[in-house]
Amino acid sequence: MQITLHLNGTSHHLDVDPRTTLLDALRHHLGLTGTKKGCDHGQCGACTVLMDGRRINSCLTLACMVEDRDITTIEGLGTPGNLSPLQQQFLDHDGYQCGYCTPGQICSATGMLEEIAAGWPSHASDSLDAPFDLTHAEIAERMSGNLCRCAAYSNIVAAIRQAAQETRHEDAA
Amino acid sequence: MTRHLRVDGPNHDNRLDHMAQGVIGQPLNRLEGPLKVTGRATYAAEARPANMAYGVLVQASVPAGKVLEIGDAPGALAVIQDKRMIRYAAQGLDEKGPTSGPDRIEYMGQSIALVVAETFEAARHAAQNIVVRYKPEAVPVDPESVTPELPPKKQSAAGDVDKAMREAAFTLDQVWRTPSQMSAAMEPHAAIAEWDGDSVTIRAALQMLSSNRKQMADALGIRESKLRLLSPYVGGGFGSKLGINAEAVAAAIAAKELGRPVMVAMTRQQVFDLAHRRSETRQRIRLACDAAGRLNGIGHEVLVSNLPGSEFTEPVAQATPFTYQAAHRQVVHAVARIHRGCAGSVRAPGEAVGVTVFECAMDELAELAGIDPVELRLKNIPDVEPTTERPFSSHKLAEALREGAERFGWSGRRAPGQRLEGEWFIGMGMAAAVRVNMLQESRAKVTLVQDGTAIVETDMTDIGTGTYTILGQLAAEMLGLPTDRVEVRLGDTQFPPASGSGGSFGAASSGNSVFLACEEIRQQIAKAMGCDERDLTLQDGMARAGNVAKSLSELVDGTITGEGHLQPGKTEKSHRQATWGSHWAEVAVNRWTGEVRVRRMMGVFACGRVLNEKTARSQCLGGMTFGIGIALTEAMEHDPRDGHAVSRDLAEYHIPSHADVPSLDVHFLPERDAYVGPLQAKGLGELGICGAGAAVLNAIHNACGARVRDLPATPDKIIAGLEP
Repeated sequence: MQITLHLNGTSHHLDVDPRTTLLDALRHHLGLTGTKKGCDHGQCGACTVLMDGRRINSCLTLACMVEDRDITTIEGLGTPGNLSPLQQQFLDHDGYQCGYCTPGQICSATGMLEEIAAGWPSHASDSLDAPFDLTHAEIAERMSGNLCRCAAYSNIVAAIRQAAQETRHEDAA
Repeated sequence: MTRHLRVDGPNHDNRLDHMAQGVIGQPLNRLEGPLKVTGRATYAAEARPANMAYGVLVQASVPAGKVLEIGDAPGALAVIQDKRMIRYAAQGLDEKGPTSGPDRIEYMGQSIALVVAETFEAARHAAQNIVVRYKPEAVPVDPESVTPELPPKKQSAAGDVDKAMREAAFTLDQVWRTPSQMSAAMEPHAAIAEWDGDSVTIRAALQMLSSNRKQMADALGIRESKLRLLSPYVGGGFGSKLGINAEAVAAAIAAKELGRPVMVAMTRQQVFDLAHRRSETRQRIRLACDAAGRLNGIGHEVLVSNLPGSEFTEPVAQATPFTYQAAHRQVVHAVARIHRGCAGSVRAPGEAVGVTVFECAMDELAELAGIDPVELRLKNIPDVEPTTERPFSSHKLAEALREGAERFGWSGRRAPGQRLEGEWFIGMGMAAAVRVNMLQESRAKVTLVQDGTAIVETDMTDIGTGTYTILGQLAAEMLGLPTDRVEVRLGDTQFPPASGSGGSFGAASSGNSVFLACEEIRQQIAKAMGCDERDLTLQDGMARAGNVAKSLSELVDGTITGEGHLQPGKTEKSHRQATWGSHWAEVAVNRWTGEVRVRRMMGVFACGRVLNEKTARSQCLGGMTFGIGIALTEAMEHDPRDGHAVSRDLAEYHIPSHADVPSLDVHFLPERDAYVGPLQAKGLGELGICGAGAAVLNAIHNACGARVRDLPATPDKIIAGLEP
């Protein structure tokens, strides 16, 4: 079937099998392999992308369902020469090893910080009302949909806290 | 020119400490990091050759027997059944392909055919709906149901442990069980094969290209020279990609048959079925000590399993012979031949479960004898390797124990059940860490270019371990260049054959080969400078000797090439080589639900020279987290009727998640081991897992009094162990 995806600010016309997931549309049809397939069942988070700014598992989303949405993948967040603040902190804190879960972690963290800014509480929050302390437990709870077998967890949380802090300072300035 | 070195004796030169660039050991960011954090690093399934078809493996739905007929696959281009397709993965460092012939089934889930279609969706649909007729056979699938083999070479005994047990002041005799465990690397196994005439290029998820090339050439029946393997980025291995697996062989066969490139990616469930599992273990440990806590008897009796004929058996008691002293000792290694999925190397084969259980036993003995667990270990550190009386190449266990106790605040530990915060019992536990150390033959080529850049080439892999970065740092240090002037090319069999990534030997083995290649280049620069190589200083693109200074561009005419070739030698026999450390954990155990939260965890490690403190630390974080998984959550359950893996995805097989892991603490003890080559570096990819789970389990006991000997320590088992 013919579909149009709005991806990283550009529209793409595709001819795909109706069973094609958003993940496979990205990887198999558009050559955007930054979004990873770790389980294809919504269990690992490696395929996380942003849909209208919210994080979703692209493996659990059919491509034909998201035609009128804005999709952002890891390729849309930054480039090797122009890293996003989160990407830079992942690099500096060694928030990855093999790198396979990394695009999902970074997309997820990008969406997660927006959720915090929007005042959404988590299981680990002390109160249901914002603002929330960005403690290790708060970040770890909110990032638990993204598995990392190399277990860079300590470094990922440190990277996210640092990036969030710097963004807050920028906002204040 | 190639510089060869066989490590036959000690090297006390500490050459890297006398280089001028000052980058080795530094916590530099990964060279390939910008590619990884932006999604530009391309893994096995991520090349896009024109006209590529998609293949999906078909799996056996009976535990053993014969495939009689495979039905049609509407919508598919082909159903590939070829007698060269393999039944299970090759073991690490195998030189031949594994057993082929997919029409014979040895375990449920085995790959028996490949369905290929124009699209992934069509191939998946056809593979799921294909009808297969079998002639099934009844086979044993429970390790306790068969009479195990006792391979003579794997048994050892000295003295009389029974007698030591009878005469001891304190004894321990308990049985532990650990379940099958999986590597569960985040990147599922995948391959893309493309033929050009009678030559094939296979892009795959592999850890050890030089031996993988031998295995694959043998499996396909082609010459090695006709086969190129590419693994520039590998999404984690942990042993599961040591040997070639079914998807890569099938992709190559299908690509030849269809005359077009074919990609085959395993599903996550297929990874659980087809990648090697760590065997479940039953471990009986007997310990006998005198009133002062000095061990006199150590017994470690192990039962593991594998398929009939598989040579690999989990070397559970590998570290038992040399970790602690005792005059009387016995290791029994029994192997049950059953039809569960093939067992093989999973991160730290042997010690990951062997040291973990042994360190739980030591904790129990310490309690029985009324001795502090740290003290018990300190009292039993041998001066030389017991029985063989070989010296240790280095030995840092005592230092790791003392430093760890100090840093962690061990003196604040109380008796079991004495610390309650709300509904949470709080406790501390510790364990020793030990892992055998080894080198593997490895080659590398380094090219210094006139413009002051250098290129490192070797078919070594970076599976997340940091190889790109440490090899770049090594070349930069030896040749006096900033690290951004060094390009590292890995993961291609067109480069010199390396050790590969496995057994914690990758960094030291490939690193030594790069070191040797650079020494060769330094020799040539020294010649141009008219000085002895030892008097040459290279820094920031300048060469200095005495009062002469020249830029490399003046000294290099075009390029200078050096090759390095490292071989392990006599020091592996003359000295017991190991890495050492200590693990520390503080946990909270809920008094009503049995839930365990790891609150703090720390590791102190000695692994020779640290090549990059940042990537080295990350390796340890990963190992320690595997330990949390072993202790608390990880278990691959097998169906008692047919042996198949029941918990075969990431929602059923519970690897630790963000919320399970606190901020972990890692400390390295400075060390130079003279017996492991001029780099003086040892392995650390596995040390972090060895014993880590025991620190958690011992902390659970200290918190609430429960001893769980049937791992993992899930809440049901902890509740059963709580005082009513």
